[in-house]
Amino acid sequence: MDLKDKLISSFMAFENNVDIDHPVHDVRTEAIKNFEQKGFPSKKDEAWKYTSLNKLQKIDFSIFPKQENALDYKDVKKYFIHDIDTYKIVFIDGIYSSYLSETTHDGVDICLMSAALSKPMYKQIIDVYFNKVASKEDSLTNLNTAFSKEGAYIYIPKNKMPKKPVEIVHFATGNEAALMLQPRNLIVVEENAEIQIIERHQSLTTNEVLTNSVTEIFAAKSAIIDYYKVQNDAQKASLIDNTYINQKDKSFVNVHTFSFGGKLTRNNLNFYQNGEYMDSTMKGVTILGEKQHVDHHTLVHHIQPNCESHQDYKGIYGENATGVFNGKIIVDKIAQKTNAFQQNNNILISDKATINTKPQLEIFADDVKCSHGCTIGQLDEDAMFYLQSRGIPEKEARALLMYAFANNVLESVRIPELKVRINKLIAKKLGVNLGFDL
Amino acid sequence: MLKINDLHASIEDKEILKGINLSVNAGEVHAIMGPNGSGKSTLASVIAGKEEFEVTKGSVALDGENLEDAAPEERAHKGVFLSFQYPVEIPGVSVTNFMKTAINESRKARGEADMPANEMLKLIREKAELLEIDRKFLSRSLNEGFSGGEKKRNEIFQMAMLEPKLAILDETDSGLDIDALRIVANGVNKLKSKDNAVVVITHYQRLLEYIVPDFVHVLYNGKIVKSGGKELALELEAKGYDWLKNEAVV
Repeated sequence: MDLKDKLISSFMAFENNVDIDHPVHDVRTEAIKNFEQKGFPSKKDEAWKYTSLNKLQKIDFSIFPKQENALDYKDVKKYFIHDIDTYKIVFIDGIYSSYLSETTHDGVDICLMSAALSKPMYKQIIDVYFNKVASKEDSLTNLNTAFSKEGAYIYIPKNKMPKKPVEIVHFATGNEAALMLQPRNLIVVEENAEIQIIERHQSLTTNEVLTNSVTEIFAAKSAIIDYYKVQNDAQKASLIDNTYINQKDKSFVNVHTFSFGGKLTRNNLNFYQNGEYMDSTMKGVTILGEKQHVDHHTLVHHIQPNCESHQDYKGIYGENATGVFNGKIIVDKIAQKTNAFQQNNNILISDKATINTKPQLEIFADDVKCSHGCTIGQLDEDAMFYLQSRGIPEKEARALLMYAFANNVLESVRIPELKVRINKLIAKKLGVNLGFDL
Repeated sequence: MLKINDLHASIEDKEILKGINLSVNAGEVHAIMGPNGSGKSTLASVIAGKEEFEVTKGSVALDGENLEDAAPEERAHKGVFLSFQYPVEIPGVSVTNFMKTAINESRKARGEADMPANEMLKLIREKAELLEIDRKFLSRSLNEGFSGGEKKRNEIFQMAMLEPKLAILDETDSGLDIDALRIVANGVNKLKSKDNAVVVITHYQRLLEYIVPDFVHVLYNGKIVKSGGKELALELEAKGYDWLKNEAVV
């Protein structure tokens, strides 16, 4: 049985474990129908031209983990930003780990989707926001919607800001030969409220893991959201990240994506600007080697006038790694005075590495500033000579230049400890010890 | 110390250096002057080991050792230093961290342990003072947003930190105002000793008023066409290069 059939037949079993009288279940039923109709995207779909899910579909993934698995904090501490205090929403093989988590209801709700989908006190928020910005068309989003049950639920009321950042971490332990996970997150940040979130998917095993995640984010008027995605997963872990962001007037949403590993990673990052005077920022550093593959698909839809969007993605590809950047910007006819900037710069450090980069601009307004640029190059030989002439060996000199290349993306990371961590990951990815922390 | 023998070098099959002979002994200061395009910067790059240039004939030796197969970093470890005409900007890496890496890589190459942190700090402070460099400057990203003068001063600061045997200053005076020129020259003079040597590449006599050369060589069309004492620089300043061009043809 292929994965699509297995998923569809699993839906009935899934229904035995959820409240089928809840209005959300109608949404799920609709979604599974849509997925059944469309199936997995193939290379024939323009948006999936360079990323193939064929091989993944041949793997016999378990749809539901059979048993709970426990982890000791000391064994997984290194995957958290442990030098600062954070709220934590932690899942092990898709199941919430209360032991590793630290949730709160102290003025804000930082807790679980399963609670939000079942307890009456959350019903009003779920009615207003659940599946409201996520695509009804995209088949993988529909697949996640059909099986939506668990994930992070965050609600920040007007004028509030949680005392500390939130870490959403998913561990896979290898309990199953191959495991598919479908976390569903909902994040609602009300007027003038603020939050910082770090999301990480970490497989602790050499078994296959496929995560198809959907995150819906709502930024109300003047809300500020910083979202950091740390993607440094194991060699057999794949991730399809579908993130949908709905922004209102004067809000700021920044999403940083750090892609340093994993077998196949697809980031579908979608911004919808439903208001004026707002800013959407997407930044990414990708450093890949081996046979790793990352595909960044961004969309910014400028729906109203006087807004800005900024995209800056840096990629360094070595060995047999492959990368994709597809940045789509839509400026509606009434969205005058839009400023939309997009930049994608890449360095190929091996003859076998590949990058496909494509800006896609659809501009219907006439008084806008839109710029885009993409470059693919090698390291500057003059700069290499400069560093080497100071006694820095070739490998270290390359690493310093690559770090310098990616550096401006890190400047906007607003959690200092996270920035230190990312710098260390970069040094590790570049395989150097420079005698100081980058 | 430095012995250059019949050196020919080309880039993309175009010959730039056409038979250079030059001997520099410890304790000496040599100036290499010449019009634009005569091969001055190429000579500096070839000594420092830039791979773009192909040495087609002749040799460069340091302390009797042929440098032919030595990578730029190996030459640096042996004591060659090049002050760049156009230093490269490295965002995100501070001057201090850059120097730490450079010094410890050289020590590693010599089989020595890393310099202890407090010693490093002391050294950095001492050399920064020598070049009248502000402490804040040291935590800035290397050369990023530096003025022309700051870049050159930073080059000589690096020279002071690395204490090379042979320092080649490629147009270190260009882009410097008179105060910066004095500070840079003063730094170079203080680093001079009987055990090291300096090669100053310049268009103008100006820098040589501060760093007084023992020998002046005129490079024209890839060859040294005239050598002399420091008075040659003054003669060049007064007469220009044209009379030498004529001489070169003969």
